[in-house]
Amino acid sequence: MAYTVPRPKLTFAEKIYLPSIIAGLAITFKHLKRMLAGQTKVAMQYPEEKWDKNLPEHYRGAPTLVMDEHGRERCVACQLCEFICPPRAITIIPGELPAESKFAKVEKYPEEFEIDMIRCIYCGLCEEVCPEQAIFLRKDYAITGTSRAEMVNDKKKLYELGGVMDGLVNKWNPLK
Amino acid sequence: MAWSAGKTLFLIFLVVLPMVSYTVYAERRVSALIQDRIGPNRTGFPISLLGFKKDISPILGGLGQPIADAVKFLLKEDFVPAHVNKPYFWLAPCLAMIPAIVTLSAIPFGSELFGTKLVVADINVGLLFMFAISSVSVYGIVLAGWSSNSKYPFLGGIRSSSQMISYELGMGLSAVPVLLICSTTSLTKIVDYQVANGWLLAPFMNGSLSFPEVLLWIPAFIAFVTFTISMFAETNRLPFDLPESETELVAGYHTEYSSMKFALFFLGEYTAMIAGSALTVVLFFGGWHIPFLPTGAQHWFWGLCSIAAFFAKVAALLFIFIWVRWTLPRFRFDQLMRIGWYYLFEIALVNIFLTAGILAFVK
Repeated sequence: MAYTVPRPKLTFAEKIYLPSIIAGLAITFKHLKRMLAGQTKVAMQYPEEKWDKNLPEHYRGAPTLVMDEHGRERCVACQLCEFICPPRAITIIPGELPAESKFAKVEKYPEEFEIDMIRCIYCGLCEEVCPEQAIFLRKDYAITGTSRAEMVNDKKKLYELGGVMDGLVNKWNPLK
Repeated sequence: MAWSAGKTLFLIFLVVLPMVSYTVYAERRVSALIQDRIGPNRTGFPISLLGFKKDISPILGGLGQPIADAVKFLLKEDFVPAHVNKPYFWLAPCLAMIPAIVTLSAIPFGSELFGTKLVVADINVGLLFMFAISSVSVYGIVLAGWSSNSKYPFLGGIRSSSQMISYELGMGLSAVPVLLICSTTSLTKIVDYQVANGWLLAPFMNGSLSFPEVLLWIPAFIAFVTFTISMFAETNRLPFDLPESETELVAGYHTEYSSMKFALFFLGEYTAMIAGSALTVVLFFGGWHIPFLPTGAQHWFWGLCSIAAFFAKVAALLFIFIWVRWTLPRFRFDQLMRIGWYYLFEIALVNIFLTAGILAFVK
């Protein structure tokens, strides 16, 4: 059996429709006024206002290499990060330390260390796997370039971005 | 001769065309503010190219947007589909733009400047002229819809013609009370009447308020409401923008148009909006009259002030156009027809008798 949907009974004010229009206009004007008075929260105005201050502690930006407080590189070229990297963005060419070094024949060092930022997926596995706490995901997020070659961060660039991470570094950051 | 050419050039190139493009800009900014957004605020004027030290974009941000838009429209490919009826396809954008500009010629946009009346064509049937020419603009839309030879523009064109014809009646009839009160069809004389006796919607604007004026305010107000509603429908503005309702008809009658041809429809629509607002200002808000200040007949300074006052009033009405657009949803087509034929037409008709009765009673 057909069911008739009961239609709402409209009052006179609703029927002539003009009061509803006025009410609607009042609502939109309220929004306009609040915007003009700066009371409405709007999206970040990006190029003038950057994310930098607003990023959370656990943000995973560009992966970088860091030095210790004495300015020595932490990386020993064990290549664990290269092997775990899911998109294979990391390329390391390990090298022997010179014979006069105290750690010659004990440790290696990276002759070349490249991270291809086109491939990187910012998963943070390299940071997790690094036994020497040498690679960290920093907060750089606006990574741009005009060519593929430009998007590959070499060792120099990686240290530039990473800087110094001194003191005791929390390996297992609870925030990450 | 020189004066009238000067007035025409002033009105079209220095006032109306910039006003049209900045109405589009205002539309985008106001809609953004109403929807809690910011809107176009980036395009400034690259005056550093001209040798200045800095661009002035942050404060005046976005004010260069209409110029960028115009350049974009001019540089885009003007694509004419193979299936269109070419002569009419080319004619339609012109017919959308020209009537809208021509209607402006009868509008008195200021009192006097150095002894010249500030109206391009001071014709004694100004109001009828406005109605006649503005109804020609329906041909632009109908031709566009028909010559595009495609289903959605065609539906848009049909909708537009039926809508414009329906609301033409309501608009014409709702202006009749004004003619009865002012007993003239010349737009300059209507303004002169309002300067002497107070605006139709604000009879106290000449400094005095008499009993007949209060009585006549009632039909004037009804006429104003019906006139404004029909004006919305005539200019295809929301809530009556069925000819180009994006959600149903892609873009309505100008679906097949591109580049500057499309822009002409766009400009024509906004010019019609300005002409409509100007007519409303002339009929109900005292035209260029600034209450309690001398007119342009005394000094040229007051003449300039009257021009400014007129366009300030027009701008205020344009803001209301935009405000209403971003408040109301679109009507269904049968609702639109019902409002036009069952309510607006009848109310306007009854209002004529009401006005005539009051006039017979008070005079």
